[in-house]
Amino acid sequence: MIAIIKYNAGNTRSVANALHRLGYKYQITDNPDELRQADKVIFPGVGEASSAMKYLKEKSLDQLIPRLEQPVLGICLGLQLLCNFTEEGDTKCLGVFDTSVKRFPPIKKVPHIGWNNFTKIKGKLFKNITEQADMYYVHSYYAEINLQTIGICDYILPFASAIHHKNFYATQFHPEKSADIGAKLLKNFLQL
Amino acid sequence: MLKKRIIPCLDIRNGRTVKGTNFINIKDAGDPVELARRYANEGADELIFLDITATVEKRKTLVELVEKVAKEINIPFTVGGGINNLEDVEVLVKAGADKVSINSSAVRNPQLISDIANQFGNQCVVLAIDTKFINNEWVVFTHGGRTSTPLKALEWALQAEKQGAGEILLTSMNNDGTREGFALNITKEISNQLSIPVIASGGAGKVEHFETLFNQTEASAGLAAGIFHFGDVSIPTLKNYLKTKNILIR
Repeated sequence: MIAIIKYNAGNTRSVANALHRLGYKYQITDNPDELRQADKVIFPGVGEASSAMKYLKEKSLDQLIPRLEQPVLGICLGLQLLCNFTEEGDTKCLGVFDTSVKRFPPIKKVPHIGWNNFTKIKGKLFKNITEQADMYYVHSYYAEINLQTIGICDYILPFASAIHHKNFYATQFHPEKSADIGAKLLKNFLQL
Repeated sequence: MLKKRIIPCLDIRNGRTVKGTNFINIKDAGDPVELARRYANEGADELIFLDITATVEKRKTLVELVEKVAKEINIPFTVGGGINNLEDVEVLVKAGADKVSINSSAVRNPQLISDIANQFGNQCVVLAIDTKFINNEWVVFTHGGRTSTPLKALEWALQAEKQGAGEILLTSMNNDGTREGFALNITKEISNQLSIPVIASGGAGKVEHFETLFNQTEASAGLAAGIFHFGDVSIPTLKNYLKTKNILIR
């Protein structure tokens, strides 16, 4: 069973639909036991960081998520919330990834919306995926590149497109909305 | 590198795709889910569904359509038409829409842009502007192009950006349905002055029109309906053409 973390930031439905298309069973839940027992956990997110963190704290998910032991995949805001800190609402985050999240300087259009490729991808998450592949992004904040970064995207400046630390994986792009290539990445995660 | 987006637009009436010329002469153009699936498979970067059904009871049909599309389609899509308040947005987002497009209701109450942005994020709000060039000015129209307003397109776009819109969908009513090309001047002006992405709409008739659009303006995306629905230009043909012209395309 795959658990999708239920919280007040959107797109749980999109991730659920993507899992359904791939033929996986899932549950959308904020129940601690169900989250601990799931084979894999997906931590989605579209929305605003400080209100999302507030909700996670109210449900004590801020304690639970960093202690999960199975493979966890953060998506978009999910990636950002797994970092130490975000400038969005000056919010202290979960601290799984040793990096911070900043707002794009307004040199080009912000939000960064659309399809973009990456460089320096590595690891099982990107099995059979090339650097020419485009994924769908929509975000105004980015995670700074650190040693845990496993893929770099360039928009205004190079930023962490994907991060991996122990059992935690995360992507700034939306694999659930990135056509067949996104589905392949989700499948790679589900087969870890 | 970020790619320019090609976005087919599906006008929906009573659950069917329709296409008109200059906002009138509406023709049937097929089953929206089937079309959406075809476009996604052909490489469309996003989809937009604009509901032109007026009646409240038909709104349920739209929500069911959104649910079906969200289940079947693995690219982002926007839903617009008849969205008046946060409750309307919530229903569509819960059904699986990635973004909503608002037009008349935002002109009536610009605060709605901020309200949606605060609750669902800026990326969720696409402000649609229908505009017509009259007496040397780009006048904003509402209600599917039937009602003129005192607003000018550029000032309204700038205000919408301040209110928290994530993108502008700019339709030139002069060009819409003519297949004679996009309205380059106003698209250029608005896309240069705004820091959020602009989707250009209205007038696409051939592949060269998209080339000109991306070469001469800062538009992030080009939208078309008729040329895709009726098969005049296919999405792969268009994208391959733009690639040969060194425009960044997925």
